[in-house]
Amino acid sequence: MGQTSRTLRGTAAVVGVGETTYYKRGQSPDAEFKLALKAILAACADAGISPKDVDGFASFSNDRSDPSRLANALGCHDLRFSNMQWGGGGGGGSAAIAHAVSAVATGLAECVVVFRALAQGQFGRFGQGSRGNVVSGAGAYTTPYGLMSPAQTFAMKVTRFMHDHGVEQPALRAISLASYHHAQNNPRAVMHRRPLDEEKYEASRWIVEPFHLYDCCLENDGAAAMIVVPAERAKDFDHPPVYVLSAVTGSHYRAGASVHNTPDYATSNFKTCVPRLYDMAKCGPADVDVLQCYENFTGGVLMSMVEHGFCGPDECNEFFNKDNLIAPNGKLPTNTSGGNLAECYMHGLELNIEAVRQIRGASPNQVENVDVSMVVSGPMVTPVSSSIFGSEATL
Amino acid sequence: MSDAYLQPGLPKPVPAPDGLDAPYWQAAAEERLVMQRCNQCGAWQWGPEWICHQCHSDDLAFDNVPLVGRIYSYERVWHPVHPALREQGPYIVVLVEFPEHDDARMVGNLLGDPHQKVRIGATVRAVFEHHKEEDPPFTLVQWRVES
Repeated sequence: MGQTSRTLRGTAAVVGVGETTYYKRGQSPDAEFKLALKAILAACADAGISPKDVDGFASFSNDRSDPSRLANALGCHDLRFSNMQWGGGGGGGSAAIAHAVSAVATGLAECVVVFRALAQGQFGRFGQGSRGNVVSGAGAYTTPYGLMSPAQTFAMKVTRFMHDHGVEQPALRAISLASYHHAQNNPRAVMHRRPLDEEKYEASRWIVEPFHLYDCCLENDGAAAMIVVPAERAKDFDHPPVYVLSAVTGSHYRAGASVHNTPDYATSNFKTCVPRLYDMAKCGPADVDVLQCYENFTGGVLMSMVEHGFCGPDECNEFFNKDNLIAPNGKLPTNTSGGNLAECYMHGLELNIEAVRQIRGASPNQVENVDVSMVVSGPMVTPVSSSIFGSEATL
Repeated sequence: MSDAYLQPGLPKPVPAPDGLDAPYWQAAAEERLVMQRCNQCGAWQWGPEWICHQCHSDDLAFDNVPLVGRIYSYERVWHPVHPALREQGPYIVVLVEFPEHDDARMVGNLLGDPHQKVRIGATVRAVFEHHKEEDPPFTLVQWRVES
């Protein structure tokens, strides 16, 4: 069997997407598990399928909504696939899609839900330090020095990247301004009607240099779900199918070395994934019409976009300006729903849904004639993942 | 303790229950800085692991390294994410590399003015910060710019 026959390209499609209302952390009236069910029911309704016909679940970041309980609650006839991508943060968002596609492409399952549910009010916040009395293992070498939150963990990488390539603060600011700009047209966005401008950004407090408050993602409650089916069934549903052209995951040599010891340090961790991503999709960065690029922190977006080939590492100060990043006419419209910064922090799965919406022509910040729609998931954690969605014209 | 860089109350570091890194904490109490070195191939590695990432030998020692390193990256933290740091104000965390030791790196605080301008590449010297009255006692390794 040749290499070319071993591809996921075009073997599966997203035929339904669903989201709950997105809430500020702690404000969901529903428990986390109920949020998961609501998003899955919404995605099934969007696809026009019975939830009882779902036969698989894929998620990431140790999602607490157990597939057996989901299948029970939904009355699924035949649970065939239950899958979790190891690794924290949003690095698994596109990996969960890769796994769902793998399952339906190989006949393990017929109808897989990719989902993420998160009630930070119910279960605690990511942005807080450890509350234990003692710490051991890798954390013993960082926590007692006051290095314990995701922002603190990643600021160190971004500072080194900015140092190496002379990147200035306005490059980070542009990413935040674009997200907030897009959120103003998106009634689902938590930051809808809460615009951001340069002055407000500059006046905002530092969380940890080089991240101002507005360089950091939100903390939310909600859930999101997508329905993945084999390509041969893709046209049996209500919406035009959105095909998966590529979905890959991984991390580079010793990316997981503890105490900040990975040899290639100042990176979003996509360098080994990107060649596989484009090889599978049979396209390159110039073909991408619109991008959703996970923002835990703006610095991760910047390095991710460099690593995906949209901008040279020494060109960031020119490339990263708001006009280049906004729909409909920017050079590369990015985070067109408002994303993790201004729509909702649903661990990035809302970005995959927005990528689908762009191909359907249903985004609140629609780019014209979108055929190739990319998602970058969870920069700076390990492993990370990326995905590319395509219209029927791309097959 | 009054001469600690950060306010008291953060989680206290203790050796891993599986015994992997007890020699590091013992050495720090004795004002020595150690990292893992492979007795087979000579590679240095940090953080601690059960086998050598180069040759996979499990014959690893904790060997002394010089008390001088170089700032590889840094950050000035403003927002406290732990109640113990509520009144702390800004503080600096540095990532210190050891170019003579396979570029292994360690994390600590940069002593001195928390508003100081930090230069990546600056030479820094280790300062042992003992917390002997804590239960259990421990020692942190902090850094000061060499003049």
